[in-house]
Amino acid sequence: MDEGGEVVAAGGTKRGKPPVVPVRLVFPFSAIVGQDEMKLALLIAAVDPAIGGVLVFGDRGTGKSTTVRALAALLPPMRAVAGCAFACDPGKPAALCEACRAAARRVALSVPVPVVDLPLGATEDRVTGALDIERALADGVKAFEPGLLARAHRGFLYIDEVNLLEDHLVDLLLDVAASGENVVEREGISVRHPARFVLIGSGNPEEGELRPQLTDRFGLAVEVRTPKDLPTRIEVVKRRDAFERDPRRFVAAWAKEEAATRRRILAARRLLPRVEVPEAALEASAKLCLALGTDGLRGELTLMRTARALAALEGDRVVTLAHLRRIAAPALRHRLRRDPLDEAVAGTRVERALAEVLPA
Amino acid sequence: MTEQAGPTPAQDAARAALLLAVDPTGLGGAVLRAAPGPVRDAWLALLRNALPPHLPWRRLPLGVPDSRLLGGLDLAATLAAGRPVAERGVLAEADGGVVIAAMAERIESATAARIAAVMDTGAVAVQRDGLSARLPARFGLVALDEGLAPEEEAPAALRARLAFHLDLTAIEPTASAAVQDARALLPAVATDDALAEAVCATAAAFGIEDLRAPLFALRAARAAAALAGRTQVTKEDAGLAARLVLAPRATTAPMDHQPEQPPEPPPPEEQQNSKDQPDRGPDSKELQEMLVAATQAALPAGLLEALQLREAARKRNGAEGKAGARRDAAQRGRPIGTRPGALRDGARLALVETLRNAAPWQALRRRERPRGPPIQVRREDIRLRRFRHKAGTTAIFVVDASGSAALHRLAEAKGAVEMLLADCYVRRDQVAVVAFRGKGAEVLLPPTPSLVRAKRSLAGLPGGGPTPLAAGLDAAAALVAETARRGRTPLLVLLTDGRANISRDGTAGRPQAEADALAAATRIRASGVPALLLDTAPRPHAYAKQLAAAMGARYLALPAADAARLSGAVAAARSTGLAAPPRVA
Repeated sequence: MDEGGEVVAAGGTKRGKPPVVPVRLVFPFSAIVGQDEMKLALLIAAVDPAIGGVLVFGDRGTGKSTTVRALAALLPPMRAVAGCAFACDPGKPAALCEACRAAARRVALSVPVPVVDLPLGATEDRVTGALDIERALADGVKAFEPGLLARAHRGFLYIDEVNLLEDHLVDLLLDVAASGENVVEREGISVRHPARFVLIGSGNPEEGELRPQLTDRFGLAVEVRTPKDLPTRIEVVKRRDAFERDPRRFVAAWAKEEAATRRRILAARRLLPRVEVPEAALEASAKLCLALGTDGLRGELTLMRTARALAALEGDRVVTLAHLRRIAAPALRHRLRRDPLDEAVAGTRVERALAEVLPA
Repeated sequence: MTEQAGPTPAQDAARAALLLAVDPTGLGGAVLRAAPGPVRDAWLALLRNALPPHLPWRRLPLGVPDSRLLGGLDLAATLAAGRPVAERGVLAEADGGVVIAAMAERIESATAARIAAVMDTGAVAVQRDGLSARLPARFGLVALDEGLAPEEEAPAALRARLAFHLDLTAIEPTASAAVQDARALLPAVATDDALAEAVCATAAAFGIEDLRAPLFALRAARAAAALAGRTQVTKEDAGLAARLVLAPRATTAPMDHQPEQPPEPPPPEEQQNSKDQPDRGPDSKELQEMLVAATQAALPAGLLEALQLREAARKRNGAEGKAGARRDAAQRGRPIGTRPGALRDGARLALVETLRNAAPWQALRRRERPRGPPIQVRREDIRLRRFRHKAGTTAIFVVDASGSAALHRLAEAKGAVEMLLADCYVRRDQVAVVAFRGKGAEVLLPPTPSLVRAKRSLAGLPGGGPTPLAAGLDAAAALVAETARRGRTPLLVLLTDGRANISRDGTAGRPQAEADALAAATRIRASGVPALLLDTAPRPHAYAKQLAAAMGARYLALPAADAARLSGAVAAARSTGLAAPPRVA
């Protein structure tokens, strides 16, 4: 569905005052009808960024990008060093950038978690960062101008139509995502800075497949379908229409639900370190991965982490088989050994294995 | 129930232009499927004259580079001014107005995806050439679709975002309308839940999955009301919206489309005004019937038969129905462009781009190396050309589904086909399937990257009947030409036993059929497409070899086609390409 959000001029009125800073109102996350798997996967990524991102694949007009952009408005703020281009975490001295480490004193600020769009058509210099062209031209000074990877540090990097992203940018992303660090060499200067982010990709499989190496980078993969039943479809259209007619009012009407979801994320983050994974759950997840023939240990690790985050979201202290069952499909469906000729959708294969290994 | 003396499509097309002038951004725009000519020009003129004159009107040429589409650094101005000067792209320039996309049926998926992203967010996110900006870009897009064949159409990503899909054959301007007033009135036009429900139900009845369609229909209805100077949407407004938005997207006929006998006489205007009904009351039901009737009436003649055929094909393929899903999918990246990289392995330097990249840094570099060359280019400036033909291959499977080729033989060929498909998967090729039997040939699967769909269409192949080999080859040749035109490299894999017995004109008789097939094969050879003929006959025949030679194809008899030989033959066919010498194994 289109993003459509009105561009509202903050402070400006209709009577000809120039718009100051356009504030875009986004469709509230909590108001999205259905699409439970996608919403759950994004919440899980918000609770535990280490799970490694979410890939959303599916039909056109299902609100993929709306949902991802809605997440941005929902995320609780984080603490960052004031004035730092990479939004260093003052609570983690080991992970500070060079400038922050060198600084005599650091002031901590509360800032919104960055959700950075990587648009198709972005050039490499803007992704990695490059020398500030303005200062080079005007002053003949070499100054590093951080790029999108720096902006996304500690937050989310969102790529819509990720399957259409150009190959050299994909290579670059894979490299940075694997090392957690971005290195730029230009005009004889060399800059390295931490770049750890949750990668969110969305796309339509009909536009082309994704490179397996990139697919593998995503912790969770969800498939979205257009809702089929009429009442749900009507509700989607009504809410969307109401939002477009009067975004301010619509957003205000959902503020309470949004606050509740935000509290849920915060509570889950607090609970997460204390969630236990009993032996039975470990064993079940190993069996499941074995039955599906997922490559390597990544599947099992992701499965366990995701189950823990889900338990935390639900307020449970112990991971149960029910948690595993709910997140097995998004955690594993993109890790099945690729058999291009298997008729069954990956999700169905996971379900089959679930029914076998973990009968309800 | 339907409008007496209903409006003609020509009138509706004119109304669509006016509606678009009222709300270009909300409606997204229109696909204008028409040959270039006076009718299309008249429609565009109508839209342009209806739009307030100060609004931008921009043309988007085919193959527009990112720097023009999205914007970037204006190098000349930057160097002159000594500070970075941004150049706005066409999309940002068109903010508030209309963008006309030429030859929309040939727009690359990558370009379509960029435009779609801008339409979704109402802004261009410029992250290019050291510039980072977010420029408002809310516009209506008119996609000029000059496609002839049904599968030649504007990219699905764009079609989905444009409210109107017009098959323009005639235009009949209606009374001139006060577009300016309508634009002012539009925010005040209200629609009720009943209309939203009726529109959703109607969309569902016609098998329209994308939820943008009902939203567009609501907006179109509001624009129609505003155009008539009303703040209430009437049935006529809704009917127009249904004809313009829903009818062209229909993928199926409604189950029960006989609303001619409503149980009660319809009370016309009262129900419109009782708009405070909370749920789907009789109002919504009645509206829905009216909308279904309006949509039904606007379906072009012959569409339902075509839909039924399509439905049958869909069942055969076992695929979930999606309108317009047959779009040629992307090759990765843009076909033409440059990338950073090292100059080696035969990479070709993009000189202008490289100099462009070096230019802003010259002052800095001269300061560092005053004695250096007048233009100092460094490794990181280097840009290399990217090539279209490296982008991807489309493997076209031409399958003989006749009685003589017999399904059990095809089943044996299945192993070979799966091998080939797996090979295609590894190489990220697209695949297409053409089948021939009985009187003719049919494109079962237009080029798609989805191998699962290819396999399904092969598995569900109906068999039996005589062998119109020439027709099959002709259909293949057409697809080869189309693939090449889209910038991909075609590869032909023909599975047949070579027992041609239907000639081009559809008459039976082996000698003529074989001669026709040889003629068709010669044409394929002339196109230079690498080809492989897989002989499925139990006892290979001289004629099949002759055919392979005429096509310039490699020949492989199925009994001998073990995995290694097959793979080798395909690899060899791929690598030879244009200069393929006719080889008969």
